[in-house]
Amino acid sequence: QYVPVKGDHVIGIVTAKAGDVFKLDVGGSEQASLSYLAFEGATKRNRPNVQVGDLIYGQFLVANKDMEPEMVCIDSSGRSSGMGVIGQDGFLFKVSLGLIRKLLAPKCEIIEELSQLYPFELVLGMNGRIWVKAKTIQQTLIIVNILEACEYMTAEQRKQALAKLSGN
Amino acid sequence: MKGPPLSNCERRFLLRAIEERKRLDGRQCYDYRNVRISFGADYGCCIVELGKTRVLAQVSCELVPPKPSRPTEGILFFNLEFSPMAAPGFEPGRQSELLVKLNRLIERCLRNSKCIDTESLCVVAGEKVWQIRLDLHLLNHDGNIIDAASIAGIVALCHFRRPDVSVQGEEVTVYTPEERDPVPLSIHHMPICVSFAFFQQGTYLLVDPSEREECVMDGVLVIAMNKHHEICTIQSSGGIMLVKDQVLRCSKITAVKVAEITELIQKALENDQKVRKEGGKFGFAESIPNQKITTFKMESTAVDTNDVEEQAEEIITKAEPPLEVFAKPILHTPGTAQIGEGIENSWGDLEESETEEAVEEESEIEATALECLKMETEETGSMRETKQDEAIVLSDSEEEEVVILEPQELPKKTRTQINTNQENTSKKAFNKRRRKKRAAY
Repeated sequence: QYVPVKGDHVIGIVTAKAGDVFKLDVGGSEQASLSYLAFEGATKRNRPNVQVGDLIYGQFLVANKDMEPEMVCIDSSGRSSGMGVIGQDGFLFKVSLGLIRKLLAPKCEIIEELSQLYPFELVLGMNGRIWVKAKTIQQTLIIVNILEACEYMTAEQRKQALAKLSGN
Repeated sequence: MKGPPLSNCERRFLLRAIEERKRLDGRQCYDYRNVRISFGADYGCCIVELGKTRVLAQVSCELVPPKPSRPTEGILFFNLEFSPMAAPGFEPGRQSELLVKLNRLIERCLRNSKCIDTESLCVVAGEKVWQIRLDLHLLNHDGNIIDAASIAGIVALCHFRRPDVSVQGEEVTVYTPEERDPVPLSIHHMPICVSFAFFQQGTYLLVDPSEREECVMDGVLVIAMNKHHEICTIQSSGGIMLVKDQVLRCSKITAVKVAEITELIQKALENDQKVRKEGGKFGFAESIPNQKITTFKMESTAVDTNDVEEQAEEIITKAEPPLEVFAKPILHTPGTAQIGEGIENSWGDLEESETEEAVEEESEIEATALECLKMETEETGSMRETKQDEAIVLSDSEEEEVVILEPQELPKKTRTQINTNQENTSKKAFNKRRRKKRAAY
């Protein structure tokens, strides 16, 4: 179970649009709120194009145990720096929180080895959600399966599996 | 509390993957997940695992007076329950539609097919009959509850032993397990449900859908069949239109699957029988392996890597052209060029506002400042391309126009946006109507 922490970058799923505010499911005990103004370049008349069911990558502005968590998609200087609505293709899946932290560590071997296999886009949310997009469905599925299995594999097994795939 | 909603992204991906005949765990369209059957210490208790879906079945019996309408038949009672640990959306005491539907299905499958001989459950006609109660608990929901539940039900019933009774005149003696060995139920045949999930109005069909696949499916067809190829129950839900030959094809597939599963069940029952006879250890403590939290064991999923090789080669051959497209700068006017395309506008409909010209002025000044910068860099670069009708799409809003600054002219002239079909001549005069406002944040 994920506990929202201020400053964490997470992937949320839009569940409702309530006037000025979107409600996102982030995998915690409560839904987070996201104002439509919290996107780069948004104004009252210039609303972001967000539908129910879309994926959003953002960070927590407010996250404590007393209040409903609040998210934004811009950083303190007003720029999006990669946050916002995640594109339409690709696949979202869940892994354990520990694996995410391992993947986010600087110079993560898993990511480096995977990037030598095929090019792909990857968004990691601290709430355990990962979004992957590769060129074809098959490649995306392979990456998904490898990431899920990385939890249980030692470095040796992982290298073997990747060597088998790249030599294939 | 409901589980996380299915995002559009996942739904789209799953449907596309199904169109390409690919499943998330690498199975083929007609493949079942691994079925694992383990028995408990008592007779009539078993756990069936279909992939990650787990169902616990327990059979118990009791002597009761029979129903007045059927004085010589025993009573069967089936109950399926969702445990809250099965999925976040399940709450105890809440009768969901799905639960009712599955309960009805299990009842029809096991009761109406007459797989259990109810006459043999009669002890004293009109007075005492056995009531057999089958309780099914869903422990983990990963799709296809009905198959797992039906397998668990029938296995538990086959495994169950009821106490032996003897009737002498008016006296009925019920023997305890110590006095006389308990007697198995008389089961004629083993009906097993197989479910088919349909996608895209019946075009694609998957056997044994997982939980994600169930979320995006159009409808499901459940066929209960025994190994003698007799259909016990058939149910289609979800409102899909099925063609006759689709149903026939499904029934053929069911026959194959049921044969496999029945064999598996027989083997499991025999194994358990053997272990009990030899006095070895049996029960859940033995049959369910120790699973530690930091387990390093995971079922290896067979992911099809056949197509990947070709894709890799394609990538290499295609790698050159894309680079070229982006490297060619497009000259709009002398001194101004553009490399590549701008990002597509992802904002929704932009509202018109004629009153905010002050803001427009601001944005215009910003735009000119940017373009001046660009001019300077381009002049030093000096790339002259004669291709003038390359499509530059900065946004697909027809209202927005981008006007090119002429370097030697006054900054009042602004840049126009070039559409894919328009010819670009640099001598046109354009109006600036930039609608996108970049308000100061």
